[in-house]
Amino acid sequence: MSRPKGMQLLQGNEACAWGAIDAGAGFFAGYPITPSSEIAEICARELPAYGGVYIQMEDEIAGMAAIIGASLSGKKTFTATSGPGFSLMQENLGVGIYQEVPCVIVDVQRVGPSTGLATRPAQADVMQSRWGTHGDHAIIVLSPASVKEMYYLTVRAFNLAEKYRTPVILLSDEVIGHLRENIALPEANALDIINRKQPYEEPEKYLPYKPDDDGIPPMAAYGSEYIMHASSSCHDETGCSNSKPDTNQKLLTRLRTKIYSNKEDIVQVECFGPADAETTIIAFGATSRVCKQAIVEANKKGMKVNLLRLITLWPFADEQVQAVLEKSKAVIVPEMNQGQILGEVQRVNCTNTPVYQLTRIDGELFTTAEILSKIREVAI
Amino acid sequence: MFYKYSDYLKTEAQPYMWCPGCGDGIVVRALAEALAELNIPPHQVVIATGIGCWGKADDYFSTHAFHGTHGRALAFATGIKIGNPGLHVIVLMGDGDAVTIGGNHFIHSARRNIDLTAIVVNNYNYGMTGGQYSATSPLASHTATSPRGVPEPGFDVGALAETSGAVFIARSTAYHVLQIKKYIIQAIQKKGFSLVEVMSPCPTHFGRRNFPGGPLAMMKYLKGRAVPKERFDKLADHERIKYIATGVMANKERPDFLTVYREINPAKQLAELGGVKK
Repeated sequence: MSRPKGMQLLQGNEACAWGAIDAGAGFFAGYPITPSSEIAEICARELPAYGGVYIQMEDEIAGMAAIIGASLSGKKTFTATSGPGFSLMQENLGVGIYQEVPCVIVDVQRVGPSTGLATRPAQADVMQSRWGTHGDHAIIVLSPASVKEMYYLTVRAFNLAEKYRTPVILLSDEVIGHLRENIALPEANALDIINRKQPYEEPEKYLPYKPDDDGIPPMAAYGSEYIMHASSSCHDETGCSNSKPDTNQKLLTRLRTKIYSNKEDIVQVECFGPADAETTIIAFGATSRVCKQAIVEANKKGMKVNLLRLITLWPFADEQVQAVLEKSKAVIVPEMNQGQILGEVQRVNCTNTPVYQLTRIDGELFTTAEILSKIREVAI
Repeated sequence: MFYKYSDYLKTEAQPYMWCPGCGDGIVVRALAEALAELNIPPHQVVIATGIGCWGKADDYFSTHAFHGTHGRALAFATGIKIGNPGLHVIVLMGDGDAVTIGGNHFIHSARRNIDLTAIVVNNYNYGMTGGQYSATSPLASHTATSPRGVPEPGFDVGALAETSGAVFIARSTAYHVLQIKKYIIQAIQKKGFSLVEVMSPCPTHFGRRNFPGGPLAMMKYLKGRAVPKERFDKLADHERIKYIATGVMANKERPDFLTVYREINPAKQLAELGGVKK
């Protein structure tokens, strides 16, 4: 096997693996789990040819740890998992955030909690992706809705991770992970690839956690003359542990600011349907595909409905959501969970626009009829 | 250029935070001296630690360093080593890190034979959190969470490593300073998963509850009860419990993970990949 050429029928998970390889991933560490295992299998098969390494760790705790370690040694690294494995990764996800280690975590969501329904889709890890690891932190989470996006958002996840020195989560779901669609992978050399900032001062002056004006410190790799000290405990600019009261205050403020002050660069949404719609659906991932179909049909029937698709889930698209709440007469939030994005939309809502919930938690994707029926219900 | 032991240490970070009578400082010095003797440039060394008293050791090294979550040091170190196989990755763990919360990573690192040097300082209890029992606290010993004695037997760290596949295993005590250094040198030179276990006193907690004579009594105990493996093996079972076997427990040849991996998974030439360079 080798890199797919020309137009090919690819699976979402397959496209994700190639996106990672094309973004420059040289290391995958993980533990197989349905419905993400194809990503591991393709990495095991393909990474060595590119000089990379696939390693199957003893559990997802170790997988997350190993991708952090290899990233500190200068590699672009990632892992892929689903709910139960994502839970195990939360411990060391915090290490990656705190130590500012670029890496990508793919969560192909299935029904939970616990071992749930292993082969069935859900979108219920939204809040876990935001707050799963303990302590205050910021995180970037992207949500693909097609095979093409499994490829391009994986590349983007690596680019954002490198640019902002932070773990990035690609929050997919079983439908998108196992979906097959036609896609022609671009010439890999034609992609815009971002690599982490390197130190530029003399090695003796280098402080691994001293930020530039953009709030992001240049990152030396283990083995370089620039000494890197990465600590999961509260640390100062030297990287050594430091428990003075203002150290964590300063560090956590910077870690949040480096992401939240760049929301314009990070937050992406897609608007679909008429701009002057009376009803707006806010959706993401697999659910958004059904919504598009429903919207096409609704508009044919004379109802004015559009979609705000969240491509970036975190940081949340406050401004874009606020704008549709101001414009529309009703907002529907269908999601395969009991209201995780709904709560965010309600938080942002300072208008009188009613926000309607639509949930599906039985491991089945929404049907077009279900969405249409809700559109009709709120339009009355 | 020849390096001195102090070239590996952040002397400005001293004095150490450890209690008087603790063995940790002794092992730091032995490791720095071992690195100097091997004359490894400090920037080719990564010191990786977990959590606990011994887990604070990274802050005293001027080499590259990593400090992570409890028990996970070997898993992080696995990534560090594969990310840059030229590095000497030395993993410092206590008995809690290595064989209690991190036991799974320990056995699998040994089985995988990843080229790391693990230095386990075993003080039979969780010193940092107030002296609770770990998976090496001996049966019936008294700790903060076993006021009437530990109800479980402890692990033999070396035996666990050996049965899991480690290629070099040695044990010494905080009293036997030169022996620690000698074993660390051998462990670093060995390609594959190597382990040096140092039995170490924790006078503040384990000692206070189990050694009425104080720190000195603990050191004397280590001195008096450490017997070379060859002699230990001849002891009857009921006598063995009173002694600590020291020496090189295992020294085997087995290709390490990356050697095997590259043999069966060769990288391709650029042309074979369609000219796409990563």
